[in-house]
Amino acid sequence: MELIEAIILAVLAASTPLLIAATGELVTERSGVLNLGVEGMMIVGAACGFGGAWLTGSIFIGALFGIVAGALMSLVFALMALGLAVNQVATGLALTILGIGLSGLIGAGFVGERITPAVHLYIPGLTDMPLIGRVLFGEDAFVYFSIALIMSVWWFLYRTRAGLILRACGDNHVSAHALGYPVLRIRTLAVMFGGACAGLAGAYLPLAYTPFFIPGMTAGRGWIALALVVFSSWRPGRLVVGAYLFGAVTILQLHAQGWGVGIPSQFMSALPYLATVIVLVLLSRARTGGSTAPAALGTVFVPDR
Amino acid sequence: MQAHQRMLDPTPNGLHSGESPLLQTLGLTKRYGDFLANDSIDIDIWPKEIHALLGENGAGKSTLVKSIYGLIQPSAGEIRWQGGRIMLSGPSEARSRGIGMVFQHFSLFDNLTVAENVALGLDGKESFKDMSARLEQVSKTYGLPLDPKREVWQLSVGERQRIEIVRALMQDPKFLILDEPTAVLTPQEADQLFIVLERLKAEGRAILYISHKLEEVKRLCDTATILRGGKKVDTCNPRLETAASLARMMVGGEIKEVKAAAGRKTTVPRLVVNDLSLAPAEAHGVRLEHISFELKGGEILGIAGVAGNGQDELFAALSGERLSKDPGTVVIEGIAAGHLSITQRRKLGAAFVPEERLGHGTAPRMKLSENALLTGHAASGMVNHGFIDTAATLKTVDRATETFDVRKAKRDPEAASLSGGNLQKFIVGREILRNPAVLVVSQPTWGVDAGAAAVIRQALLDLATAGAAVLVTSQDLDELAEIADRIAVMFHGHLSAPLATVDASREKLGLLMGGSSLEPKEAAHAVGA
Repeated sequence: MELIEAIILAVLAASTPLLIAATGELVTERSGVLNLGVEGMMIVGAACGFGGAWLTGSIFIGALFGIVAGALMSLVFALMALGLAVNQVATGLALTILGIGLSGLIGAGFVGERITPAVHLYIPGLTDMPLIGRVLFGEDAFVYFSIALIMSVWWFLYRTRAGLILRACGDNHVSAHALGYPVLRIRTLAVMFGGACAGLAGAYLPLAYTPFFIPGMTAGRGWIALALVVFSSWRPGRLVVGAYLFGAVTILQLHAQGWGVGIPSQFMSALPYLATVIVLVLLSRARTGGSTAPAALGTVFVPDR
Repeated sequence: MQAHQRMLDPTPNGLHSGESPLLQTLGLTKRYGDFLANDSIDIDIWPKEIHALLGENGAGKSTLVKSIYGLIQPSAGEIRWQGGRIMLSGPSEARSRGIGMVFQHFSLFDNLTVAENVALGLDGKESFKDMSARLEQVSKTYGLPLDPKREVWQLSVGERQRIEIVRALMQDPKFLILDEPTAVLTPQEADQLFIVLERLKAEGRAILYISHKLEEVKRLCDTATILRGGKKVDTCNPRLETAASLARMMVGGEIKEVKAAAGRKTTVPRLVVNDLSLAPAEAHGVRLEHISFELKGGEILGIAGVAGNGQDELFAALSGERLSKDPGTVVIEGIAAGHLSITQRRKLGAAFVPEERLGHGTAPRMKLSENALLTGHAASGMVNHGFIDTAATLKTVDRATETFDVRKAKRDPEAASLSGGNLQKFIVGREILRNPAVLVVSQPTWGVDAGAAAVIRQALLDLATAGAAVLVTSQDLDELAEIADRIAVMFHGHLSAPLATVDASREKLGLLMGGSSLEPKEAAHAVGA
């Protein structure tokens, strides 16, 4: 019992940064932009988030620092990939390299420092319930926020006009432009939302997951978030399932090692990517028409004037 | 200036319902660098008028309507709407003033539903539910049926255009721009469209109608403005002109008439297709169903049909881009070739011109001589012991240039730098110079100006006269009527029995293009048996 609860709690904690970062990237990609710089934006978010919390003593301000840092990083991407119409793949990869270097620089002064991590909810009675009490009513604010975030994104994409316009930009930017929608402005906002989410996801790590900062602490989570968006076939509902599944795999891999299961840990770490490949194959086999990915994803758009 | 305008306006003043035109452009100019896409264009559009805008490719028609729709900002001149000067900030302002537009290359979103596509073209002041209800009502009123829940990729081209038109009508426009609306329609679908347009006109709206099809313009339009090289040439009443006189104004000279040599004789069968069936290669593809025909030397067979009914698949099966398991399904020059590669088929004397010029017919960033080599390496002596004979490839370019009047800036430019018509002349010329026994050509004059089209059609006729078998796939029925001896129609992967061109009326072809059988009783009987 205790162990199961502990595992579920650990899975939730491990999944939350994946869910937040992937939600942001999902919105970015739905607008037709492929930003491969999630890892870079996350790690800068982690460094700035920790810095903010350490300087002010407030987790909330730390989270804000992370959000702003991620959004600023994505603005660099938007300037290059949208403003100057540079190849998006190259720009995204460069952003990751930039982020890793920048976070080392920003975080150099904080290495070895500790903060008090984000508090967990406590409702007497409810939180004390066996098994589900702490899972449902004893999480930190980030976990609840991440669920609210993905639900709002679903509502935004499928129930609002602005969401429809965003999906339209991702499907066919020429048509969207011809109808008079400001494709580049919409995409810039989508990219910045993605950056803010990545920054927050990065900040979650030193603010709630482990209460200190070490360089490179995102450890490839940005790449998993990218794979997750593809895994979800760009649908928010499947993204939630995927995020918890991927989080579970990471945790199980640790426990599997502890239990002495004879599977190499490298194989377990590779599972999320393997799952993504399999899902892609299954999706393209099952597809009867239309396109699963946003049709304009990753393509450069230069409006004629 | 104003008096001059009135003088050119062929409609008597009494017939105009208002004092001032609904929409007027005065000296409208659009400059791209040194290039004048529109040079001081004056045009008056009155209510209850269908106004044709004619011109060859590159004459500036699209630029003009984009300025009127607010998509681009004119460099000089002004636009007047109901007598007052307007500066459009963008399409949504144009729409709110009552200017609607139906685009040539549809501005639709394949992965969104019909209702979502319509909603995107409106200004979002009503709820999605109200909009859907109104969509149903408008589509019923005008006889343009649509299923709002289907995604666009599932729909036919005709249905897609219906979305565009319904979307424009839902804005209740006073002025509607249609950019080549009938280019992709069957004759019957076009007739349906004309009924809708006549009705819109009767409701007091004005329509600006862009088309290449002069007969259609003569039938439908009250006024025609002709553009050439970015300038307005004339405004006239198309009903008082002939198609030839309109074409002369568009081109600025006589178009050489295409002439078939008298006494062309058919010889032996050179291309035979026997019961060819082929599963589609991709999700959206069409399955070829039991296609059979025989094409003799000296003969041109035309294949009509709305795009996407299996023409691309048939081309791929004939050219060897897709192979058939049964060699006997495609017979070239008496040799079973269904299993042979493109190169082997070329060696048998076949040549192929695909529909898409850039990317399929040529490699866009490669020079013309290199592109000549790409199709000519098998059978034209351009390769010597594995080495390219550069002189021979250049000679092919020169010969194609000379014979087919290819206009280009230098001797051997990149394929992508040529205009559509000149590149098409080069591609067709490149194959014809190989003296093929069989030529399979898809959409030979698609998007090509009238002058170049005439050159290409004449070349195909001359090739047939010289004894080759020519298979032409085209959506342009006038083109097929002009050059083909027999015409067959493709529909959903089936090929109809060929009709002799003299018997192939537009009505008959239109029925076949829509999937109807010419003799329903017999067809039913055949199924029963």
